Amino acid sequence: MFLLRRIKFLLDITHNRDIMRRYVVVNGFDGALTMLGLIIGFIVSEADDLSVILSVCLGAAIALGMSGLSSAYISESAERKHALDKLEQAMISDLKESAHGDASRWVPLLTALVNGLSPLLISLLILSPIALSVAGVSLPFTPLSPLYSAIIIALLLIFLLGVFLGSIAQVSWLRSGLQTLFVAIVTVLLIYLIAGS
Amino acid sequence: MVYVKRIVLDVLKPHQPNTLEFSQSIAGVGVDYRVYLIVLEVDENTETVQIEITANTIDFAAVQVVIKDLGGSLHSIDEVEVCNEAEIQHEVEAD
Repeated sequence: MFLLRRIKFLLDITHNRDIMRRYVVVNGFDGALTMLGLIIGFIVSEADDLSVILSVCLGAAIALGMSGLSSAYISESAERKHALDKLEQAMISDLKESAHGDASRWVPLLTALVNGLSPLLISLLILSPIALSVAGVSLPFTPLSPLYSAIIIALLLIFLLGVFLGSIAQVSWLRSGLQTLFVAIVTVLLIYLIAGS
Repeated sequence: MVYVKRIVLDVLKPHQPNTLEFSQSIAGVGVDYRVYLIVLEVDENTETVQIEITANTIDFAAVQVVIKDLGGSLHSIDEVEVCNEAEIQHEVEAD
Protein backbone atom coordinates (compact mmCIF):
# COMPACT_ATOMS: atom_id res chain seq x y z
CA MET A 1 0.00 0.00 0.00
CA PHE A 2 2.83 2.37 0.96
CA LEU A 3 4.68 1.40 -2.24
CA LEU A 4 1.64 2.15 -4.42
CA ARG A 5 1.12 5.49 -2.66
CA ARG A 6 4.79 6.35 -3.18
CA ILE A 7 4.64 5.40 -6.87
CA LYS A 8 1.51 7.55 -7.34
CA PHE A 9 3.25 10.45 -5.52
CA LEU A 10 6.40 10.15 -7.67
CA LEU A 11 4.32 10.08 -10.86
CA ASP A 12 2.37 13.13 -9.66
CA ILE A 13 5.40 15.28 -8.89
CA THR A 14 6.97 14.47 -12.27
CA HIS A 15 3.67 14.80 -14.20
CA ASN A 16 4.49 11.43 -15.77
CA ARG A 17 1.04 9.86 -15.61
CA ASP A 18 -0.01 11.50 -18.89
CA ILE A 19 3.20 10.34 -20.57
CA MET A 20 2.67 6.76 -19.39
CA ARG A 21 -0.94 6.77 -20.59
CA ARG A 22 0.26 8.01 -23.98
CA TYR A 23 2.87 5.25 -24.10
CA VAL A 24 0.24 2.58 -23.33
CA VAL A 25 -1.85 3.69 -26.30
CA VAL A 26 0.95 4.48 -28.77
CA ASN A 27 2.95 1.31 -28.16
CA GLY A 28 -0.12 -0.85 -27.69
CA PHE A 29 -1.30 0.38 -31.09
CA ASP A 30 2.16 -0.43 -32.50
CA GLY A 31 1.96 -3.96 -31.11
CA ALA A 32 -1.57 -4.59 -32.36
CA LEU A 33 -0.91 -3.22 -35.87
CA THR A 34 2.37 -5.14 -36.17
CA MET A 35 0.69 -8.43 -35.22
CA LEU A 36 -2.22 -7.67 -37.55
CA GLY A 37 0.21 -6.92 -40.38
CA LEU A 38 2.21 -10.09 -39.78
CA ILE A 39 -0.88 -12.29 -39.67
CA ILE A 40 -2.35 -10.72 -42.80
CA GLY A 41 1.04 -11.20 -44.47
CA PHE A 42 0.97 -14.91 -43.56
CA ILE A 43 -2.59 -15.26 -44.90
CA VAL A 44 -1.64 -13.49 -48.14
CA SER A 45 1.41 -15.72 -48.58
CA GLU A 46 -0.76 -18.78 -47.81
CA ALA A 47 1.51 -19.96 -45.01
CA ASP A 48 -0.11 -22.81 -43.12
CA ASP A 49 2.42 -23.90 -40.50
CA LEU A 50 0.95 -22.34 -37.32
CA SER A 51 4.03 -23.07 -35.20
CA VAL A 52 6.22 -21.09 -37.62
CA ILE A 53 3.66 -18.26 -37.68
CA LEU A 54 3.57 -18.26 -33.86
CA SER A 55 7.37 -18.19 -33.58
CA VAL A 56 7.70 -15.31 -36.03
CA CYS A 57 4.93 -13.30 -34.32
CA LEU A 58 6.34 -14.05 -30.85
CA GLY A 59 9.76 -12.91 -32.01
CA ALA A 60 8.29 -9.65 -33.27
CA ALA A 61 6.28 -9.20 -30.03
CA ILE A 62 9.35 -9.73 -27.84
CA ALA A 63 11.39 -7.37 -30.03
CA LEU A 64 8.64 -4.72 -29.74
CA GLY A 65 8.60 -5.17 -25.96
CA MET A 66 12.38 -4.87 -25.67
CA SER A 67 12.42 -1.90 -28.01
CA GLY A 68 9.74 -0.14 -25.95
CA LEU A 69 11.51 -0.98 -22.69
CA SER A 70 14.97 0.18 -23.70
CA SER A 71 14.00 3.25 -25.73
CA ALA A 72 11.70 4.58 -23.00
CA TYR A 73 14.27 3.91 -20.26
CA ILE A 74 17.06 5.71 -22.11
CA SER A 75 14.95 8.71 -23.11
CA GLU A 76 13.10 9.04 -19.78
CA SER A 77 16.35 8.71 -17.78
CA ALA A 78 17.85 11.56 -19.77
CA GLU A 79 14.69 13.67 -19.36
CA ARG A 80 14.45 13.03 -15.59
CA LYS A 81 18.15 13.75 -15.07
CA HIS A 82 17.81 17.02 -16.98
CA ALA A 83 14.74 17.99 -14.92
CA LEU A 84 16.52 17.11 -11.64
CA ASP A 85 19.65 19.08 -12.60
CA LYS A 86 17.50 22.10 -13.47
CA LEU A 87 15.62 21.85 -10.18
CA GLU A 88 18.85 21.43 -8.19
CA GLN A 89 20.22 24.58 -9.80
CA ALA A 90 17.06 26.50 -8.90
CA MET A 91 17.03 25.14 -5.33
CA ILE A 92 20.83 25.49 -4.96
CA SER A 93 20.84 22.15 -3.13
CA ASP A 94 21.36 18.44 -3.70
CA LEU A 95 17.98 16.75 -4.23
CA LYS A 96 19.25 13.19 -4.81
CA GLU A 97 17.98 12.05 -1.39
CA SER A 98 14.58 13.68 -1.88
CA ALA A 99 11.41 12.45 -3.61
CA HIS A 100 12.64 14.23 -6.75
CA GLY A 101 15.84 12.14 -6.62
CA ASP A 102 13.76 8.96 -6.15
CA ALA A 103 11.58 10.02 -9.08
CA SER A 104 14.60 10.49 -11.34
CA ARG A 105 15.66 6.90 -10.53
CA TRP A 106 12.30 5.07 -10.48
CA VAL A 107 10.03 6.92 -12.91
CA PRO A 108 12.15 6.04 -16.00
CA LEU A 109 12.02 2.38 -14.93
CA LEU A 110 8.23 2.43 -14.44
CA THR A 111 7.71 4.27 -17.73
CA ALA A 112 9.96 1.76 -19.52
CA LEU A 113 7.99 -1.15 -18.05
CA VAL A 114 4.70 0.34 -19.23
CA ASN A 115 6.17 1.14 -22.65
CA GLY A 116 7.59 -2.36 -23.04
CA LEU A 117 4.74 -4.38 -21.56
CA SER A 118 1.98 -2.58 -23.46
CA PRO A 119 2.88 -3.91 -26.97
CA LEU A 120 4.03 -7.26 -25.56
CA LEU A 121 0.80 -8.00 -23.67
CA ILE A 122 -1.41 -6.79 -26.52
CA SER A 123 0.56 -8.95 -28.96
CA LEU A 124 0.27 -11.99 -26.67
CA LEU A 125 -3.50 -11.49 -26.46
CA ILE A 126 -3.73 -11.35 -30.25
CA LEU A 127 -1.56 -14.45 -30.60
CA SER A 128 -3.50 -16.44 -27.99
CA PRO A 129 -5.79 -18.31 -30.51
CA ILE A 130 -2.72 -19.34 -32.54
CA ALA A 131 -0.81 -20.39 -29.39
CA LEU A 132 -3.81 -22.42 -28.15
CA SER A 133 -4.18 -24.09 -31.52
CA VAL A 134 -0.46 -24.97 -31.63
CA ALA A 135 -0.77 -26.36 -28.08
CA GLY A 136 -3.63 -28.57 -29.29
CA VAL A 137 -6.39 -26.80 -27.39
CA SER A 138 -9.55 -26.68 -29.48
CA LEU A 139 -11.74 -23.61 -29.13
CA PRO A 140 -15.39 -24.64 -29.52
CA PHE A 141 -16.61 -21.03 -29.49
CA THR A 142 -14.52 -19.99 -32.50
CA PRO A 143 -15.62 -21.53 -35.76
CA LEU A 144 -12.95 -19.49 -37.57
CA SER A 145 -9.36 -20.59 -38.08
CA PRO A 146 -6.86 -19.40 -35.43
CA LEU A 147 -5.44 -16.78 -37.81
CA TYR A 148 -8.84 -15.19 -38.42
CA SER A 149 -9.63 -15.37 -34.69
CA ALA A 150 -6.34 -13.50 -34.04
CA ILE A 151 -7.34 -10.85 -36.60
CA ILE A 152 -10.70 -10.35 -34.87
CA ILE A 153 -8.97 -9.99 -31.48
CA ALA A 154 -6.49 -7.49 -33.01
CA LEU A 155 -9.31 -5.40 -34.51
CA LEU A 156 -11.23 -5.54 -31.24
CA LEU A 157 -8.17 -4.40 -29.22
CA ILE A 158 -7.47 -1.59 -31.71
CA PHE A 159 -11.10 -0.49 -31.37
CA LEU A 160 -10.80 -0.60 -27.55
CA LEU A 161 -7.60 1.50 -27.66
CA GLY A 162 -9.62 4.07 -29.62
CA VAL A 163 -12.41 3.90 -27.04
CA PHE A 164 -9.79 4.48 -24.30
CA LEU A 165 -8.46 7.52 -26.20
CA GLY A 166 -12.01 8.80 -26.58
CA SER A 167 -12.62 8.54 -22.85
CA ILE A 168 -9.39 10.50 -22.16
CA ALA A 169 -10.27 13.22 -24.65
CA GLN A 170 -13.90 13.14 -23.46
CA VAL A 171 -15.21 12.80 -27.00
CA SER A 172 -17.55 10.16 -28.45
CA TRP A 173 -16.06 6.74 -27.61
CA LEU A 174 -17.73 5.20 -30.66
CA ARG A 175 -16.27 7.76 -33.05
CA SER A 176 -12.82 7.45 -31.50
CA GLY A 177 -12.98 3.64 -31.60
CA LEU A 178 -14.12 3.67 -35.23
CA GLN A 179 -11.27 6.06 -36.13
CA THR A 180 -8.60 3.65 -34.85
CA LEU A 181 -10.47 0.74 -36.43
CA PHE A 182 -10.44 2.62 -39.75
CA VAL A 183 -6.63 2.91 -39.53
CA ALA A 184 -6.39 -0.85 -38.94
CA ILE A 185 -8.67 -1.63 -41.90
CA VAL A 186 -6.67 0.70 -44.17
CA THR A 187 -3.51 -1.15 -43.02
CA VAL A 188 -5.08 -4.52 -43.87
CA LEU A 189 -6.16 -3.24 -47.31
CA LEU A 190 -2.67 -1.84 -48.01
CA ILE A 191 -1.08 -5.18 -47.11
CA TYR A 192 -3.52 -7.02 -49.37
CA LEU A 193 -2.89 -4.54 -52.19
CA ILE A 194 0.90 -4.49 -51.91
CA ALA A 195 1.81 -7.95 -50.61
CA GLY A 196 -1.11 -9.73 -52.29
CA SER A 197 -0.13 -8.56 -55.76
CA MET B 1 10.30 18.89 30.23
CA VAL B 2 10.55 21.54 27.50
CA TYR B 3 8.22 21.06 24.55
CA VAL B 4 8.16 22.90 21.21
CA LYS B 5 4.58 24.07 20.73
CA ARG B 6 4.82 26.29 17.67
CA ILE B 7 7.39 27.02 14.98
CA VAL B 8 7.36 29.30 11.95
CA LEU B 9 9.71 28.20 9.18
CA ASP B 10 10.91 29.87 6.02
CA VAL B 11 11.24 27.19 3.33
CA LEU B 12 12.23 27.18 -0.33
CA LYS B 13 10.43 24.40 -2.21
CA PRO B 14 9.96 23.20 -5.80
CA HIS B 15 6.48 23.75 -7.33
CA GLN B 16 5.86 20.01 -7.00
CA PRO B 17 4.59 18.65 -4.66
CA ASN B 18 2.13 21.54 -4.42
CA THR B 19 1.48 23.49 -1.23
CA LEU B 20 -1.51 21.32 -0.28
CA GLU B 21 0.47 18.05 -0.56
CA PHE B 22 3.43 19.71 1.15
CA SER B 23 1.30 20.83 4.12
CA GLN B 24 -0.47 17.46 4.34
CA SER B 25 2.85 15.61 4.46
CA ILE B 26 4.12 17.84 7.28
CA ALA B 27 0.82 17.47 9.17
CA GLY B 28 1.24 13.71 8.76
CA VAL B 29 4.22 13.77 11.15
CA GLY B 30 1.93 13.70 14.20
CA VAL B 31 -1.75 13.26 15.00
CA ASP B 32 -2.30 16.72 16.49
CA TYR B 33 -0.15 18.67 14.00
CA ARG B 34 -1.73 21.79 12.56
CA VAL B 35 -0.03 23.39 9.56
CA TYR B 36 -0.63 26.86 8.21
CA LEU B 37 1.24 27.63 4.98
CA ILE B 38 1.58 30.95 3.19
CA VAL B 39 3.23 31.32 -0.24
CA LEU B 40 5.51 34.36 -0.02
CA GLU B 41 7.16 34.32 -3.43
CA VAL B 42 6.86 32.32 -6.65
CA ASP B 43 9.74 31.90 -9.12
CA GLU B 44 10.06 29.90 -12.35
CA ASN B 45 10.94 26.60 -10.63
CA THR B 46 10.59 27.30 -6.92
CA GLU B 47 8.45 29.04 -4.35
CA THR B 48 9.26 30.49 -0.94
CA VAL B 49 6.73 29.53 1.71
CA GLN B 50 6.21 30.35 5.35
CA ILE B 51 5.05 27.32 7.33
CA GLU B 52 3.54 27.63 10.79
CA ILE B 53 3.31 24.35 12.67
CA THR B 54 1.50 23.94 15.97
CA ALA B 55 1.22 20.77 18.04
CA ASN B 56 1.47 19.60 21.64
CA THR B 57 5.01 18.40 20.98
CA ILE B 58 6.66 19.21 17.67
CA ASP B 59 9.25 16.68 16.56
CA PHE B 60 11.44 19.15 14.69
CA ALA B 61 13.84 16.50 13.36
CA ALA B 62 10.92 14.58 11.82
CA VAL B 63 9.57 17.80 10.26
CA GLN B 64 13.01 18.48 8.75
CA VAL B 65 13.13 14.94 7.29
CA VAL B 66 9.73 15.45 5.62
CA ILE B 67 10.71 18.85 4.21
CA LYS B 68 13.95 17.38 2.83
CA ASP B 69 12.14 14.36 1.36
CA LEU B 70 9.73 16.67 -0.47
CA GLY B 71 12.68 18.53 -1.97
CA GLY B 72 12.34 21.59 0.29
CA SER B 73 15.19 23.54 1.78
CA LEU B 74 14.82 25.04 5.26
CA HIS B 75 16.14 28.61 5.14
CA SER B 76 15.37 29.83 8.62
CA ILE B 77 13.37 29.30 11.78
CA ASP B 78 11.54 32.61 12.11
CA GLU B 79 9.46 32.06 15.24
CA VAL B 80 9.50 29.51 18.06
CA GLU B 81 7.18 28.90 20.97
CA VAL B 82 8.37 26.44 23.58
CA CYS B 83 6.88 25.49 26.91
CA ASN B 84 8.12 23.78 30.04
CA GLU B 85 5.18 21.55 30.91
CA ALA B 86 6.64 20.50 34.27
CA GLU B 87 6.94 24.14 35.36
CA ILE B 88 3.36 24.87 34.34
CA GLN B 89 2.18 21.87 36.29
CA HIS B 90 4.25 23.02 39.27
CA GLU B 91 2.79 26.56 39.11
CA VAL B 92 -0.74 25.21 38.94
CA GLU B 93 -0.09 23.07 41.97
CA ALA B 94 1.41 26.04 43.88
CA ASP B 95 -1.69 28.17 43.17
